[in-house]
Formats: sequence, structure tokens, C-alpha cells
Amino acid sequence: MSEPRVMSSLIVLCGLLALPAAAADTARSQQDRYAAVAGVQAFSDSRGSALYRTEHASRNGGTVSCAACHGADPRQPGKTRVGKRIEPLAPSANPERFSDAAKTEKWFRRNCQDVLQRECTPQEKGDFIAWLINFK
Amino acid sequence: MNYLLRGVLVVGSVAALSLAAFSLPVSEARGDNDEGEGRGTLMPRVANKAWQQECASCHIGFAPGFLPKASWRKMMGNLDNHFGDNASLDPATRDEILRFLEANAADSGSSKIGSKTMRSLAPGAAPQRITETRWFVNEHDEVSRATWKRKSVGSAANCAACHKQAEKGQFDEHRVSIPK
Repeated sequence: MSEPRVMSSLIVLCGLLALPAAAADTARSQQDRYAAVAGVQAFSDSRGSALYRTEHASRNGGTVSCAACHGADPRQPGKTRVGKRIEPLAPSANPERFSDAAKTEKWFRRNCQDVLQRECTPQEKGDFIAWLINFK
Repeated sequence: MNYLLRGVLVVGSVAALSLAAFSLPVSEARGDNDEGEGRGTLMPRVANKAWQQECASCHIGFAPGFLPKASWRKMMGNLDNHFGDNASLDPATRDEILRFLEANAADSGSSKIGSKTMRSLAPGAAPQRITETRWFVNEHDEVSRATWKRKSVGSAANCAACHKQAEKGQFDEHRVSIPK
């Protein structure tokens, strides 16, 4: 095998080895992305906690919060309005959380609209994750 | 016939029968059948990955055969306000799910429940709640208002509270257990 071909094979091999690592999302990698968009250095877990617990006026006249469905303790499962189980939010209790950025974005989009009547900012999303990854 | 041969024959037929029994199409879930319609397929068990993932996170995946195409079209066009919740999807996923719902809707002729639902609907009707179809109301007329409101039930949309196998498309009346 000529030298350039060996080199190109090696490059392809390295590329293949690097792929899975690049494709996997983590809570940190999503925070980094939010930090880049929001132009912030650090996220606040206390703001994340407040975002989770604060009650807002809901469309049907009552109040609504993240905790209303996800539960007071994010390490425990929650319940949707029609009674279906929601797996825990804290990654320590549910390793699947924040492993898929598209899924994270979808649920932030839907649920922020339901709770806050608007989308969450990248700052808020980063704070939210900062608070959740503290749970051991 | 000697005993050995007879034994082989018996074992062989049992094996063949069990094989036949286990290879029955699992896609056909059977539901209640006490209404004189024989043991037909009440609700074929159909699934689509996107439908499962997107529609069955907050509530059970309601079988497409419970509502007509017109209902599903209206519902999938209004996901930003889905019974008061935001259930919005990207357009590609939404369209894929709608195609699945239409292909298996009550008026697609693929299930007995679908035919029952259609018989109880006015032409062109597009109900948004399964619980409002006359078929559903009649089937559940013995369930009191107070029962629906029990904390363990939550809402009439929580089929699995009483129909434990609802997730699998089985709604057998004899296996219903209403929680306290």
C-alpha cells in the first residue's frame, strides 16, 4: 500500500472513531451551546430552581409550574395531567435526560410555552440544567 | 401402531399445534366481544415509531381507529393548543404521524371499533375527544361521574387506569378493574 493511501485510511479510521463521541449529547454540551448563544460565562442553579418552582397563571385560570407535573423532587417520577408517568428529570436518576439535544429543545419549546406562555431563553435553559445536574 | 410411533405422533402434533398457536398474528389484538359480533378484530394493533414517541409521552397512544380522518386532520393542524397544552411538532414529523393516523382511522375500514364509531357519528363530523363519541359514551354509561374524578383515574383520557392492557390495544370488558 502506498503511503498516501495508508494516510487516507488512517484519516478515515480516526474519523470513524471520533464520530460516536461527537454525536452524543450531554447536559454539559447543551449548556455550552446555550452559553455560546446567550453570551454568558456561568449558569446559576438557584435561578434554575426558581424557574422550576415558580407558579404562573395558566390558560385555564389556575396556576401552573414545572413542578406541578414533574413533582417537587426532580429525582422522582412525575405525572402528566392525564395521569401518565413522567420519568425523572435529574440525569442522576434518569441517564437518558439531556442525551439528545433535539429532544431537549422540543420539550423546552412545548413546556415553556405551557408554563411561561413563551419560549425559554438560552440563559434560562442553561440555569435549569445547572440546577438539575447538581442532584446526585 | 406401536407405542413409540404413537408417542412420536402425539408429541409431533402438540408441537405443531403450539407452533401454530404462537405464530398467530400478534398484530391483531382482540377486545371485548360480548355484543354478538363474534370474535373479530376489534382494534388492530398498529404502531408507528414517531406516533409512539410523540403521541404517547403525555397520554397513552390513542388508537387511530377511535376517530375518523377528519378528526385527526383537525387535531394535527392545531397542536400548538392541544387541549390547552403545547404539543407542537416539526412539520415532517407531524405529516408522517398524520399519514399513519389517516391510514388507520375509524373510516379506513380497518377495525370494528372504527365501524362502531362511524355508525354513531353524523356525516362529516370531526370530534376531537374520543370520550365524546356516542360509541364511547354508550360503552361507559355504567361508570359514574364520581368514578371518573377519582385521583387514581385522573381523567377519562387515562384508559389504562381501568383497562390495564390499553397500551397494547386491548380493552376487554371482562378484564376491566376500576381503581379505588
